[in-house]
Amino acid sequence: MITKRIARWFDDRLRASSFAHHALNKVFPDDWSFMLGEIALYAFVVLVLTGTFLTFFFEPSSRQIVYHGSYAPLRGVSMSEAYASVLRISFDVRGGLVFRQMHHWAADLFVAAIVAHMMRIFFTGAFRRPREINWIIGVTLLLLGIFNGFTGYSMPDDLLSGTGLRIAYSIALSIPFAGTWIAFLVFGGEFPAQDIIRRLLIVHIMIMPALLAGLIVAHLAILWHQKHSQFPGPGRTETNVVGSKLFPTYTAKSLGLFFGITAVLGAMGGLLQINPVWLYGPFKAQAVSSPAQPDWYLGWLEGALRLFPSWEIRAFGHSIPNPFFPAVVLPTFTFGMLYAWPFLEAHFAADREEHQLLNRPRDHPLRTAIGTMAFTFYALLLLAGSNDIIAKALRVPVNGVTWVLRILALTLPVLVALVAFRSMKALRESEAPGLLHVPWSAFRHRSQRAESDRSKAELGSRR
Amino acid sequence: MASIGLTVLYGFGGQPQIEGALIFVALGGISLGLILWGKHLMPQGPFVEEREPMHSSPEEREAFALDFFQSEEGIKRRTFLGRALLAALGALGVAAIFPIRSLGPAPGTSLFRTAWRKGSRLVRSDGTAVTAQDVQVGGLLTVFPEGHVDAADSQTVLIRVDPNGFRPLPGRESWSPEGYLAYSKICTHAGCPVGLYEQASNRLFCPCHQSVFDVLRGAEPTAGPATRPLPQLPLEVDGSGYLRAQSDFDEPVGPGFWNDGGNRRP
Repeated sequence: MITKRIARWFDDRLRASSFAHHALNKVFPDDWSFMLGEIALYAFVVLVLTGTFLTFFFEPSSRQIVYHGSYAPLRGVSMSEAYASVLRISFDVRGGLVFRQMHHWAADLFVAAIVAHMMRIFFTGAFRRPREINWIIGVTLLLLGIFNGFTGYSMPDDLLSGTGLRIAYSIALSIPFAGTWIAFLVFGGEFPAQDIIRRLLIVHIMIMPALLAGLIVAHLAILWHQKHSQFPGPGRTETNVVGSKLFPTYTAKSLGLFFGITAVLGAMGGLLQINPVWLYGPFKAQAVSSPAQPDWYLGWLEGALRLFPSWEIRAFGHSIPNPFFPAVVLPTFTFGMLYAWPFLEAHFAADREEHQLLNRPRDHPLRTAIGTMAFTFYALLLLAGSNDIIAKALRVPVNGVTWVLRILALTLPVLVALVAFRSMKALRESEAPGLLHVPWSAFRHRSQRAESDRSKAELGSRR
Repeated sequence: MASIGLTVLYGFGGQPQIEGALIFVALGGISLGLILWGKHLMPQGPFVEEREPMHSSPEEREAFALDFFQSEEGIKRRTFLGRALLAALGALGVAAIFPIRSLGPAPGTSLFRTAWRKGSRLVRSDGTAVTAQDVQVGGLLTVFPEGHVDAADSQTVLIRVDPNGFRPLPGRESWSPEGYLAYSKICTHAGCPVGLYEQASNRLFCPCHQSVFDVLRGAEPTAGPATRPLPQLPLEVDGSGYLRAQSDFDEPVGPGFWNDGGNRRP
């Protein structure tokens, strides 16, 4: 009764009933893989909530003080106010450590869910017309997510984050022409400059979240407007959507997912230690923590820096230093390719039609092969970001690990692509339900089928 | 229940593991309830909704074109006004560069120089000076120029090697008195402190990207991504036995940059 009166009050002022009626009856297709983007969305919500809490206690200052807090092993040690405030959050603020660790885990989950979501979009061809705009927004969200993850874990001013900043500074220096200026303006002088932590905070809690939130809203609004794509199936066509209604079923499930994700992140924040900055110690310019790995989403860049051979360009009194190639050229190329992919595929496949029905990976063997190739390459780079840990675990020289990974990074992706290409073709031609059901003959007799297809096509064109 | 537990726990000061477990139980319960509710008690599809084409109808496009272009036709000298607007915005953009300039100092020569000067005494990070008796053969010490222990670009590793088994590079015969060798501690690859020293093989390791430098051959890189040797600081021993620098490094320390000279020793 009371809800009805409230609804009436709003409708008298907004005339919202018609819109709300349509909205609540909106149909969303059901598939487990459509949940990946939702996970990223809810991880972002957790990030905003926990991050806001942390902001109340973090002190973005490089001013050196002597620690007198409750963590005994560091008492009397000289450190920045930023690092001391992170110790305070971890040991003295109620629930501080749980929220800090939840925030860190949520950031890792956020980027992981975006990557998984992106792979779903890629392998099912969901980026095709009319969804290129949302693909571009999505790639931008990935880029901003990675960048904001870096600014976040660089702020506590511990020894590990200081190492990351030092490498970022060196990468900025390596840019031709403007590198020294870029590094000096971003950091406020020669490393380690005093201004960087305050700047990181402003970028991390104001600029990036505003951009992320705005783009997420645009991403969802476009999704809403275009209606979700769906897998082919009985009764599903290019001109309809088959699934659950937004309200109540989909809403209940989605809210359930939100609480579930928050629950898991809460458990991780309380039970699984991450980024224990009190063990790394405060940043000191002449010290370094070892082993030093970034968060997983920057592992591929770290791996590229470690694998790229000792090579650089020096001529006429100028140089393009080594880190420029793995840490500037490679990411530029990576994201350039991601942005361009929908248009490249439309161009080379000569397919500019509107698509509301998704592909299965087998429907497009070449795309699937290229996707698995890229995935293998970046996974190997991520692995190479821990070459020292691998060497230690296997008790082999680190240089040997580096060389093996260099060779693998150039060969394995191609091999994986070939295997993927052949298996997808076999799957498509045998019409088996899964890869394990494909008869061996399908791998061998691929040409016959292709020929019969071709003759059918010829017949069709003659008619 | 768990929410009440959580409130009580906060009141008593909290303990991360139990807090995490209670958050999990409280939120997980709500989550489970909602999902079961949605799965079993609410209307199940499949429902079908029609999809309109993504593009507008030709009439709508026509109407938009009329609105947009007609309103502009009323204005004479459109190109001139457009250019004036562009010029104004461009000027504003140029003006916006100047505040950005305040974000940092000009690089100038700061990357070419460190705090080392002719005659600087070598001191530890606590400020105590190093004498020629302080380091054993095979030992390593991180040193700074006296009065500048906070100068990050001046950090230097001091290593003592056996002078008998060591032949200095040509031109550096007088740089290493009594087997003391001093190299910039900043890796020439990505700027990490080159902190690990393997005495048996006389090699320095960078823990960040695993570059290796040969101490006996002018800190030449022998493995990993580094392309340049660590710059060497020329040393001398003064009358009172203290180690001093003969001068600053003769090349930029740390990672390379565009105008770093490019002609450093290969």
